[in-house]
Amino acid sequence: MVVSGHAFPYLTVLVLLPAGGSLAVALMVRVRQEVTEALGIAVALATLGFAIALTVALHANDGGYQFVSRHVWASSIGVSWFVGVDGISVFLVLLAAVLFPLALAGARSRTDARTFTAWMLLLEAACIGSFVSLDLVLFFLFFELTLVPAYFLIAGWGHARRAYAAIKFFVYTFLGSAFLVVGIVALAFVHQHQTGVLTFSLPALEHTHLSSATGVLLFLAFTAAFAVKAPLFPFHTWSPDAYTEAPAGGSVILAAVLAKLGTYGIIRFDLNLVPQASRTLAPLLLTLAVIAVLYGALVACAQSDLKRLVAYSSLAQIGFIALGTFALSTEGLVGGVLLMINHGLVTAGFFLLIGWIYERRQSWQVNELGGLQTPAPVLAGAFTVVMLASIGLPGLNGFVSEFLVLAGTFLTHRWWAVVATVGVVGAALYLLWAYQQAFHGKPRPAVADTRDLRWNERLVVAPLLVLIVLLGVYPKPVIERITPAVDRLVAHVEQVTNVHQPAVANHGISAVSKGGGR
Amino acid sequence: MRRPLLLAAAHAGHATRAAHAAVIHVPPIRYLSILPVIVMLGGAIVLLAVTSLVKRPLRIRVATALTVVISLSAFGLAWWQWADVMSRGAYTSIDHAVIEDGFSVLITVLVTAAMALSALVAEGYLKREGIDGAELHVLAMVSASGAILMAQANDLIIVFLGLEILSIALYVLTAFNHKRTESGEGALKYFVLGGFSSAIFVYGIALTYGATGTTNLAQIADFLSHNVLVHDGLLLAGMALLLVGFGFKVAAVPFHMWTPDVYQGAPTPVTGFMAAVAKAGGFAAFLRVFISSFGVLSSDWRPIIYVLAIATLVVGAGLAVVQRDIKRMLAYSSINHAGFVLLGLQAASARGVSAALYYLFAYMFMVIGSFAVVTVIGGSGDRAHDIASYRGLARRQPLLAFVFAALLLAQAGVPFTTGFLTKFQVIIASVDAHSVPLAVVAMVSAALAAFFYLRVAVLMYAPGEGRAAEPAPAAELVTVGGPGLPDFGAQAEARGELNAALLLEDAPEPGEETPSRQVPWPAMVAIGICLAVTVVFGIIPAPLVDFAHKATLLFVP
Repeated sequence: MVVSGHAFPYLTVLVLLPAGGSLAVALMVRVRQEVTEALGIAVALATLGFAIALTVALHANDGGYQFVSRHVWASSIGVSWFVGVDGISVFLVLLAAVLFPLALAGARSRTDARTFTAWMLLLEAACIGSFVSLDLVLFFLFFELTLVPAYFLIAGWGHARRAYAAIKFFVYTFLGSAFLVVGIVALAFVHQHQTGVLTFSLPALEHTHLSSATGVLLFLAFTAAFAVKAPLFPFHTWSPDAYTEAPAGGSVILAAVLAKLGTYGIIRFDLNLVPQASRTLAPLLLTLAVIAVLYGALVACAQSDLKRLVAYSSLAQIGFIALGTFALSTEGLVGGVLLMINHGLVTAGFFLLIGWIYERRQSWQVNELGGLQTPAPVLAGAFTVVMLASIGLPGLNGFVSEFLVLAGTFLTHRWWAVVATVGVVGAALYLLWAYQQAFHGKPRPAVADTRDLRWNERLVVAPLLVLIVLLGVYPKPVIERITPAVDRLVAHVEQVTNVHQPAVANHGISAVSKGGGR
Repeated sequence: MRRPLLLAAAHAGHATRAAHAAVIHVPPIRYLSILPVIVMLGGAIVLLAVTSLVKRPLRIRVATALTVVISLSAFGLAWWQWADVMSRGAYTSIDHAVIEDGFSVLITVLVTAAMALSALVAEGYLKREGIDGAELHVLAMVSASGAILMAQANDLIIVFLGLEILSIALYVLTAFNHKRTESGEGALKYFVLGGFSSAIFVYGIALTYGATGTTNLAQIADFLSHNVLVHDGLLLAGMALLLVGFGFKVAAVPFHMWTPDVYQGAPTPVTGFMAAVAKAGGFAAFLRVFISSFGVLSSDWRPIIYVLAIATLVVGAGLAVVQRDIKRMLAYSSINHAGFVLLGLQAASARGVSAALYYLFAYMFMVIGSFAVVTVIGGSGDRAHDIASYRGLARRQPLLAFVFAALLLAQAGVPFTTGFLTKFQVIIASVDAHSVPLAVVAMVSAALAAFFYLRVAVLMYAPGEGRAAEPAPAAELVTVGGPGLPDFGAQAEARGELNAALLLEDAPEPGEETPSRQVPWPAMVAIGICLAVTVVFGIIPAPLVDFAHKATLLFVP
């Protein structure tokens, strides 16, 4: 691991800025709503600025943790403020930083905007905090903290069955975390037993020697928490409710950013900390991932509700991410990480657009929308791009990542890849079908006077569309930053498990990322 | 050779005994060790004397101010004790009956702070209910001195003395509001069951004395470490009876039956006081007796505590879910918390004791703050405790709702509050002691507990009746047929809707909107302090964690 100190504490600022902004907004009691909203967006944009600066400053060829800073937080229980990023987490930070201002600007709340903005900013701080934590307890703190603002966003600004959805979301995730915290502590004590030091530092705990039984138990404890959060197939039942009942801005963040905490956790905890068990149990997780891909597509076909449809399509996409992750090959993992970013962008686009449809028509049932294309061509156009990206059309971002995931899985676990490919077809089926019903045809009388996107809404969706196209056409800058970190991770797994991935002709993806250096 | 020598010894013994008969031997006393108890107890008596000497009933404000001053001086003395113990080490006093160490000082700090906060909360309550005089404060201070004594006790007799001083005052306090029938009912139940458990406790002392020949905690430990009892039935029976007595005091399942009724019946400020102080006192003695005196026998009692802890965690969280009365709900939640503290005891290590102490300390602020809010919402007559009273609180009193939500979330164990650190530390202790399944059960019960804390939060943030924006949502069209008969709409979606019904069957009758409650400023100060401690020490944990840590360093031998 290369630890490079830096003069400017980017990461601490990235966490504290939105947290401070949240507090400031919350305290602005007698200020006009527009001002608090503007301040919220300004804070989120400033955070984005720092996130971009961070990404630019990152050394592309270094797979280790960078911008590391460490301060003792509670010495007697061994917890420290230990943050750092590598090529994997930096893009998740950037993703969060991009999506929060868009969600704040694009999905404003009608009531009590001040509190809404404050919760959103707190959620941003917690999300970024989780992505940059290198101390397991610090990660857990932020991971749990996300629940509080997310819960209040759903319960306070959601739709009809929000109370039910909010509690289901909170309790499910909290239950998963119960195993996570015990797992973390247990691992720390195994490490203490071996070295005499009680620490929760991720890089230190990576080198713990675990018996295979302990490893499997820890793997199950970690995976329980992250599978709920992601959500992975049998643990997903909270997600359609929560995504549907949440307000538009909440759905964007829940599906696009919070879900990534789960998949990111799987990479950081399972692969880094218990590689042997990850290898042993990979077939199980791959099977669940394939089931998620097929089941998500199948159930999505049966939905007439746009939000639920996207929720199930998300389930399928998360299945692809898990597939790439547990393929344990460089291509698969790079594809998985890239898919996290792409899925974030696409889902955010979906939920923003659906939110705007709901504002206009008070419905997201496809059969009540019919023929939306004629009165709202720009809306329909934006929806088409997002949809095609989700389907995985070449030239848009979804294709690159899905291709890498399938290619990577094919290398190591051939038949799982073959079956999962069916899911790609399924995605085309349900999305195009829903699109036809909602947008094509002669508009009903009620739909005919629907307003098209206003300029400010166009301004919000434009960056997403640009990124979707850009990452589809030229993903290299992202891939070449992700690959060194993934290489390091895969090397770590291979070293511990002593199983090596098959060699790829022309050095596979490594050739792409190293091409720039030559 | 030997005989004369023995005789001489006998003579000498006789001579000393004769000398003793002539002069009453007073053991040396270091007054600092018992100064907080003297101040609390003496202050209570002075306050009572003043009340009976002045012609008109003492004004509530004056009584409260005096109580706060007395408690804070005891609080200050406790810090002096802390400095003393930290510089000179632990010591025993009054013929080894009382021990002064970090452990007892921490509990003293806790109890005196809880007393001051409760007095502030009680002020508004007494004014609202039109109760003059200082009796409530006096009784609470007596009870607090009992709790301190329990923490300082180095002898089973002193433990019992503290237990009784603590309890008898609490029996009276429970019945304090004679206008409410629940109050009398709760007090009677508490008194009968409490008297019963005290009897069991005394019997436990007797059996332990019979087995070891001493009631002094250090001497018991000494005896047990130097002797192996071939027939240890007497000792184990004594230990079991002591365990029952402590289990009753700290409300561990299956000795918890009194808790919901007493918590519900007692005047709300007293409930908060009871939850914090009785638990602290009880656990202090529980920890000291079992870990230091019966430490050698830990392989005998640890499995029992293991089972008790699981039962306490599960029953506490499980039964809290179905409560409609907020005080009963918090009563079961306090049982769940007791289960977590038992984790610290079960670990039987320095880490476990430190975690348990931290838990008690942080929990005191959370629970007194929570009950302070409940006191305010309870309204005139202390009646509005159905959770329906909390519906729409966020709209009427956003700040109060926010504070209550924060305190409840802290109790649920949300990060960056002391509530998380309490749970985290007992989990660490438990895993360290190889009780991983227990730790898992505890965390799962915490998730269950989160459900009922959030239920209140949901109600507080639920919109009122007159919300026009959306048609009355399906999940909220419940309780048409009265409580317990939720009307499942036609669109009910199997089990999902059932949960929603359970959740929101608390819709009040239309038009029965709970009015806004004025928050008296002393209560506001108390709530503010509780929230500040809970959040600030959640973000900057080191001072409080180190406090509990240092307190333990001087405890475990």
